[in-house]
Amino acid sequence: MLALIATTMLLVSCNQGGNSSNGALSSSAAEKVYVAPGEHDEFYAFVSGGFSGQLSVYGLPSGRLFKVIPVFSQDAEKAWGYNEETKPMLNTSHGFIPWDDSHHPDISQTNGELDGRFVFINGNNTPRIAKIDLSVFETTEIIEIPNSAGNHSSAFVTENTEYVVAGTRFSVPIPQRDMPINEYKGNFQGSLSFISVDPEDGGMDLSFQVLMPGFDYDLAHPGRGASHGWMFFSTYNSEESHSLMEVNASQNDKDFIAAVNWKKAEEYIKEGKFQTMPANYAHNVYDEETHTATSTMKKEVRVLDASELPGLVYLLPTPKSPHGCDVDPTGEYIVGNGKLSSDLTVHSFSKMIQAIENEKFDGEAYGIPILSFEDVLAGSVKQAGLGPLHTEFDGNGNGYTTFFISSEVVKWKVGTWEVVDRQPCYYSVGHLMIPGGNSRKPFGKYVLAMNKITKDRYLPTGPEVTQSAQLYDISGEKMELLLDFPTVGEPHYAAGIAADLVKERSKKIYNLEENKHKYATTSDANVKVERNGNEVHVYMTMIRSHFNPDNIEGIKVGDKVYFHVTNLEQDYDVPHGVSMIGANTSELLIMPGQTETFVWEPKQVGVWPFYCTDFCSALHQEMQGYVRVSPASSNIELSWSLGED
Amino acid sequence: MKKKAKILMLVGALLPLLLFVFPLWKITLEAPQYPTPLGMFIHINDFSDANPHDIKNINLMNHYVGMKYIPEAIPEFKIFPAGILITTFIGLLIAWKANHKWYLYWFILMVVLSSAGLYDFYLWEHDYGHDLDPKAIMKFTNPDGSVMGFQPPLFGSKDILNFTAHSYPQLGAVSLGIGMGLSLLAYLFVRKENKKLKIS
Repeated sequence: MLALIATTMLLVSCNQGGNSSNGALSSSAAEKVYVAPGEHDEFYAFVSGGFSGQLSVYGLPSGRLFKVIPVFSQDAEKAWGYNEETKPMLNTSHGFIPWDDSHHPDISQTNGELDGRFVFINGNNTPRIAKIDLSVFETTEIIEIPNSAGNHSSAFVTENTEYVVAGTRFSVPIPQRDMPINEYKGNFQGSLSFISVDPEDGGMDLSFQVLMPGFDYDLAHPGRGASHGWMFFSTYNSEESHSLMEVNASQNDKDFIAAVNWKKAEEYIKEGKFQTMPANYAHNVYDEETHTATSTMKKEVRVLDASELPGLVYLLPTPKSPHGCDVDPTGEYIVGNGKLSSDLTVHSFSKMIQAIENEKFDGEAYGIPILSFEDVLAGSVKQAGLGPLHTEFDGNGNGYTTFFISSEVVKWKVGTWEVVDRQPCYYSVGHLMIPGGNSRKPFGKYVLAMNKITKDRYLPTGPEVTQSAQLYDISGEKMELLLDFPTVGEPHYAAGIAADLVKERSKKIYNLEENKHKYATTSDANVKVERNGNEVHVYMTMIRSHFNPDNIEGIKVGDKVYFHVTNLEQDYDVPHGVSMIGANTSELLIMPGQTETFVWEPKQVGVWPFYCTDFCSALHQEMQGYVRVSPASSNIELSWSLGED
Repeated sequence: MKKKAKILMLVGALLPLLLFVFPLWKITLEAPQYPTPLGMFIHINDFSDANPHDIKNINLMNHYVGMKYIPEAIPEFKIFPAGILITTFIGLLIAWKANHKWYLYWFILMVVLSSAGLYDFYLWEHDYGHDLDPKAIMKFTNPDGSVMGFQPPLFGSKDILNFTAHSYPQLGAVSLGIGMGLSLLAYLFVRKENKKLKIS
């Protein structure tokens, strides 16, 4: 082992030396990532924010940040989870949750190729799957996953986006109950959820769950081509331990990749071989016409028990607590990245099918057949580095694997399993991403490595320093490091796509005529203020450069004032913001044609101003108004105006 | 040859009808903040957006200097279509029945009416560019101290503050012009033919 580390270090240091001594090389790297002012990048990269809970949108090759899409965490900048319209998006069976840990984005596919309609991403902590609509770059749907904990082997889409798949990392009592933790073994279970996606409107529905033994389900990828209809999950903790996991879950020489035949699952569902379990989970949908989200609690889920339904799941022994589980573009090879090993294990789908047909099993776990390691093995990439985590493919017969411990990306040949090249990462790389990497047709031009640690790589910013992404050119035989850029939160994983597949569909404005918000005010004629007890509703409009109304009187201390504000603009990139002094919430940032609502509960008598918070126009500073707040006992009638002396 | 001229006159009389299909004129406003310029098509019976919401956005821009909103409808939208229908009808009658001299008269009639139309358009533009709200947010003066106007050009391009305005005829106007040209051509053909006959 020591010798191996030494060899790896040697290789790493050689490469470092090679890079730094070559000045000509670095100047060409600058040219390769230079996107001239006003020009567009070739690719979108959707980089998850990890513990930030959000999804960042970058351009490649420039590494420029365009937007941080709020997904699972409240975002005061965009009023996500603060305004009345989006609060329901963060509702769960545990109530309103303002944060999550967003890990694995994946782009919708048609016929195994990226179609650029949606990005799906998992919330790890309180299990959820979100859908981002790429016509608006907003989160439009979030579904909670019951019977799951640490929703990690998610959110991966099948070849025609039939399903988004979400597997539990932690096994738990299913259904949840009060029981001793040390009775884990044989009592805790895992669940693999299949969320169907409506081919027309993209609507998500938790179609069914597969109940599994109490292992940890780490990552997943779908079959494609011949293996379409199968989903592969890596597992660890086949020891079923529940404490000091770093030791106790690392005892078995081999854990498994679980191959789930979801076409078979569909047959079982059709035959009624499922159990309907009571459950409680939130389904939150944002409607683009009402500009409003609704949260519905769902009460049951269909469950298939893998122990009882033959042909549903097979276990492929895979060395050393495999982490990433990656499928090559042809669908034949399934890579298990054994994170405690120096080798990569590659399984063959066709050999797996053969072994299943010949019923050559090497035992079983809770009634699930275990195939023999040798029968399914296609080959292994030997001594490639230390701590393999994830693999992506370039579509030209090469695999690229990250090694966390030796901090590098290694390129190897699919089929011969020989290592072709290695490049260092700064430092401790986790996932890597080739645009289209989880599809039949990767765009094999760049790989983006996402690093957990940067230490001295950037100007220091106190104890907490940025994490980073590094871009490599992979168009040649050898990889070339082009760019190194800081990221938002933890750049956990990313999904990339050719910009041309997305940018033409990106909306410029919301049409006012299509605004069906309950409190929309689509013309100045409909501006009004209404009182209902101590609840006051202000139907307000905004356009360059005024609010209507901008003077309101008759509000009293103790009122609950709802500002329903509609942006009447119909011009690209003319949002307006609004905020009221003393409002215990965020600003609103309202796009043209959109309506949003904030609540203000005035506590003090006086005349209080509000103003536009987004520099909208030459007269942005004049875009302001006043609300007169009178004592609770006052008789002043509600009145409102604009432009009256 | 007279038959050919008759066909030319017939086509010439029909071509202005294309004004009901294609726009007459287009005004385009370019500015740094508008990578896609704002534009407005003028039809004989309507104003329309070059891109969705352009007229609304032109109005929004122009309110800063106190210009009025571009109206939904103007009286010309009733007069112009009637004028085109009537002159087309007359043109067709001429093509069918009349002597070639009438081709020339029709041409002259059209020149007079078109010029009147252009002049009317100029007057509207002048009013639009000069009749400003006294409470305008921004007031600009010319170097000589007079109030700056914002009249778009009748034909051609012109810089107005941060905008460059372009004003050019469109397919509808071109059709009208070709139609008129054809009537003149028809007249000239016959006249030439007649001269030849006289000489021989």
